Amino acid sequence: MTTLKVNGHDHEIDADPDTPLLYVLRDELKLNAAKFGCGLGQCGACTVIVDGKAVLSCVTPLLLLKGKEVTTLEGLGTVEKPAPIQRAFMEEQAAQCGYCIAGMMMRAQALLQRNPKPTDAQIRSELQTNLCRCGTHMRILRAVHRAAHLMDTAELTTQGGNQ
Amino acid sequence: MSKPAIVGGIIIAALTGGAIAAFAVAWWPTIEAIEPPAPKSFDPALVKRGRDLAAIGNCSDCHTTPGGQAFAGGLPVPTPFGAVYSSNITPDPETGIGRWSEAAFQRAMRRGVDRGGHHLYPTFPYDHFTNVTDEDDRALYAFLMTRSPVRAPDHPNDLSFPFNHRFVVAGWKLLFLKGGTYKADSTQSVEWNRGAYLVDGLAHCGACHTPRNALGAEKASAAFSGADVDNWHAYAINAQSHSPTPWTAEALFHYLRYGWDADHGVARGPMAEVTANLSSVPESDVRAIAFYMASVFGAPSRGEAKPPSVQPVAADTPGASIYQAACATCHESNRPLPYSGINLRLSTALSAPDPRNAANVILSGIRPVSGEQSPIMPGFANSMTDEQIAALLTYLRGRFSKEPAWAGVEQVVRDARRSETVSLQTSSGDK
Repeated sequence: MTTLKVNGHDHEIDADPDTPLLYVLRDELKLNAAKFGCGLGQCGACTVIVDGKAVLSCVTPLLLLKGKEVTTLEGLGTVEKPAPIQRAFMEEQAAQCGYCIAGMMMRAQALLQRNPKPTDAQIRSELQTNLCRCGTHMRILRAVHRAAHLMDTAELTTQGGNQ
Repeated sequence: MSKPAIVGGIIIAALTGGAIAAFAVAWWPTIEAIEPPAPKSFDPALVKRGRDLAAIGNCSDCHTTPGGQAFAGGLPVPTPFGAVYSSNITPDPETGIGRWSEAAFQRAMRRGVDRGGHHLYPTFPYDHFTNVTDEDDRALYAFLMTRSPVRAPDHPNDLSFPFNHRFVVAGWKLLFLKGGTYKADSTQSVEWNRGAYLVDGLAHCGACHTPRNALGAEKASAAFSGADVDNWHAYAINAQSHSPTPWTAEALFHYLRYGWDADHGVARGPMAEVTANLSSVPESDVRAIAFYMASVFGAPSRGEAKPPSVQPVAADTPGASIYQAACATCHESNRPLPYSGINLRLSTALSAPDPRNAANVILSGIRPVSGEQSPIMPGFANSMTDEQIAALLTYLRGRFSKEPAWAGVEQVVRDARRSETVSLQTSSGDK
């Protein structure tokens, strides 16, 4: 048994230590926001946040996560109370098929926590490792700027996730 | 005249004489400014040849900041004496080389002196460029003078005393700058000579791959035996190579031309920029470089006589578990390179004298090239601690290399993480 802290709660996980975090999240904890894309850490669909940093959950085995804190998209906000990053992606209609979007949001969230006012170039550079097949890149770029603005707005500081 | 006065007179005379001698060596005249030549005044075929030569010379690499305008300079080049900032080599009349005549350009290439007669620091590798022929200098000049001018004033260097005084460079040149262009070796083939001309001249391979002495000059006695550059180890590319598979001319050609080779893996770090440049130059030049370098590698001196692994490799160490869970998926997939992970038995990084390059790759991965099909590896800086990476490296060394265990692995990882953070902040197109 391994103890894994996800979205603020400890979970006892009965899985091999070499199990990828992605499988634990989806299969054991039924947290399905993070997606299986390539399974090789090349597409970014599985991105979650570990100790404040974006991590590819498909190539991160359980054994690396001792004492660390995992945040998934479910931990940021809910349907009723979406987090700023989620609101921004909805308002910019940044999803087409949506498969990459959870990963995009998590990496963008990690960026905004570190750098609340990123430039276009910084966002592009940060999200370079997350692929979108549909081609909504320009909307995603706008959504990240919008999220930065929303996070900066006082009324939203009580809403959503760990902001 | 009293005795002290005589002594004083002698000292003054000696100092004056010395100063005049030093002045004669250190002083170069200004070459008169010209009206910037119209781009159309250059022969397009010459410009094209200059383009290829500039790619072989890797000029853009130092003379362009990440995400900045091509050849506008401003990149800090770290040296043991402080940072030297590259200069603007676009034809801007005020801040670039727009008013330089071809003679001024050639003098800079051969003598390391700018148009105004100031010494240039040898981070600009004129100790190699002195080999470049008149015709090739002419082509390079034509290429640079037909680029878009960019207004970008030089960034002041950040050098400690006395290196912040350019006259010091005059002394350096006396010691280390041999004049004269490349002399062909008549006992060798045309292709070999072409390769040697490029490698020792414009391509300045030794600038990274040859260790330097205390004064920052390449050690002639240790040519190509490996050196530390920009937080990477530039491997030995002679008989002392640590590559588990000996390099052949064919493998060198493939690696230099395409950025990877099935028996050696993928170019990364500063070398990735070199191979990217070599992908677009005449194939015959890359073949010549490969042909010549194969003779420099020669028969491996380390070869089969490698000592057996000094430590038995336990399969239940933390490093082994991390490898199985995080690395083996790609590195044991048996999919062909360059899109899959290399079989780590072939990795030079794991057989290298220190774990620096391997640590860099684990931390940062291999970033895809924008808009191209290219190798990619995820970085693990965010998911592995220094301790975990050190455990992994120790395991990888024991399992995949015949060389003895590395010492001080964790410190290397800590240093690598520090510089990785810095390089990611200053690169990746952030403007």
